[in-house]
Amino acid sequence: MQTHKYQIVQLGKAILNPQLWVKNYADYLYSYAYTRLNDDELARDLVQETFLAALEKTEKFEGRSSERTWLIAILKNKVIDVYRKKSSGLGNNFEKMLTDTDQLTFFDKQDGHWKVEYQPKAFGLEEYDLLGKKELSNILQKCLKKLPGLWLAVFTMKHMDDLASEAICSQLNVTDSNFWVIMHRTKVNLRACLQKNWI
Amino acid sequence: MKEINKNKLKQISYNCKQATFLIEKKLIGKITLREYFSLKFHLAGCSVCRIFLKQSLMINRMVKNLFHSSEPSDLTLDDHFKKNLQERIEQYLNRK
Repeated sequence: MQTHKYQIVQLGKAILNPQLWVKNYADYLYSYAYTRLNDDELARDLVQETFLAALEKTEKFEGRSSERTWLIAILKNKVIDVYRKKSSGLGNNFEKMLTDTDQLTFFDKQDGHWKVEYQPKAFGLEEYDLLGKKELSNILQKCLKKLPGLWLAVFTMKHMDDLASEAICSQLNVTDSNFWVIMHRTKVNLRACLQKNWI
Repeated sequence: MKEINKNKLKQISYNCKQATFLIEKKLIGKITLREYFSLKFHLAGCSVCRIFLKQSLMINRMVKNLFHSSEPSDLTLDDHFKKNLQERIEQYLNRK
């Protein structure tokens, strides 16, 4: 097949232009992967793998979505694969992990009260002021980094990707009750981490 | 008998662990009517959990903003990596 250097594969309405992928989407894909995995090395690998996988299946591109959406869909599946590997790697340890962190809980074992030292305190500014604060979002990113892999996966799939809880459970092999336990623990931990580093 | 009832009530209305669990469940899913009222009752009397609720909502928004913000992200790849990537793609295209 004869091809030119600046080949444009045109199928339907949307157009694939692999020559410009790096320029147009590399940073976007990288930040997508990085915010979900908190792993620089892995995020880079996935960007590369996404482009290579996309090149392999240009014929399958039907042009119904934009090039960017198509690439993100490929990357998204790769991210989920990573999550899945991480969660299955935990195996039996998963239950143990949940009970271990229970020991460090923020709540009194007997009555479920907040322990005094962990009680949420106001952050000192109104919420709409805080939302725009770059420092706070930097702290949040650092706090996300401290979460166990599976927690981060469940949490970001819900809050960044807006996926249905059932879909997250089935993709990551998590039971419904564990899903809620993870969501709860993650939030309590994140909030505490923000408070510790902000106030 | 009175004591037991009081304790039971205390358990339901002052258990912050349970209340924060219900807050999370309510924010992204559904809770039962009974859960709804027990949470409402708890929040009416617990200022600490009211702060938690407020901050939990804010965290949800912040997490969403982390990626969906319209500002250009400062997460970028270095030029060296991009150059290599570009070369690999070109190689692939030329080989085909």
